[in-house]
Amino acid sequence: MEARTINIESRTERLSAVRDFVSAAARECGFPDDEVSKIALAVDEACTNIIKHAYRYDPNKKITVTVKPKTRGLEIAIADTGTGFDPTRVQTPDMKEYLSHYRHGGLGVYLMKSLMDKVEYTIDPGRSNEVRLTKYLAH
Amino acid sequence: MSEFKIAQREQESVHVLELKGYLDAHTAPTLEEAFQSLLKNQRFNIVVNCKDLSYISSAGLGVFMAYIEDVRKNKGDIKLSNMSPKVYNVFDLLGFPLLYEITRDEQEAVKKFSPAK
Repeated sequence: MEARTINIESRTERLSAVRDFVSAAARECGFPDDEVSKIALAVDEACTNIIKHAYRYDPNKKITVTVKPKTRGLEIAIADTGTGFDPTRVQTPDMKEYLSHYRHGGLGVYLMKSLMDKVEYTIDPGRSNEVRLTKYLAH
Repeated sequence: MSEFKIAQREQESVHVLELKGYLDAHTAPTLEEAFQSLLKNQRFNIVVNCKDLSYISSAGLGVFMAYIEDVRKNKGDIKLSNMSPKVYNVFDLLGFPLLYEITRDEQEAVKKFSPAK
């Protein structure tokens, strides 16, 4: 599989296109269906955070999603130029405490970390931010 | 674009929401409106049938979290049923089965609202 890219406008209605794009790449890499679903969900969460927090629903902004095959795995890089969101500042919630106090929101980063093997960030607010999600094949 | 639909019906004193399609940040407001309308109309015994729900992200899970407290304050509950393993896994990953009753089929969830005889 060759690396490839999709550019989308910062709109929630484009999330399904991103999920389809990433799912096709993950299948090509040999991931089974349940792993494909996890990868697509993690990328959905990353894009949703960008649309909501980094771009604050400005539909004129762009998100670039690149899938790159790795040795025995797949890396997905999601890039934006927003200013509003630094995911490294998001604390991992204690889910028992979270649920018992009926909290809501802020689960996207937790899900990304739970679903993927590696989550890395390069943050330069207003210029170029990138989150890289990596998943490895089981065998 | 994500497809998402909700069918609604009353069964005994329970309001059933049947979810179909993809529940993400784009479609979550549709579910939010449905819950708002139920609460406005004093419907607090709610079963959400997930048989045809193909996908859920944290935006969808957030809707359940946003309304559960108000529903329980009014002596009702939101119970979930008929989840596919794929959708259940997302709930499970976040520990949601600790907070929400999830049954295999809708009837089981509806019956749990009946007073014990």
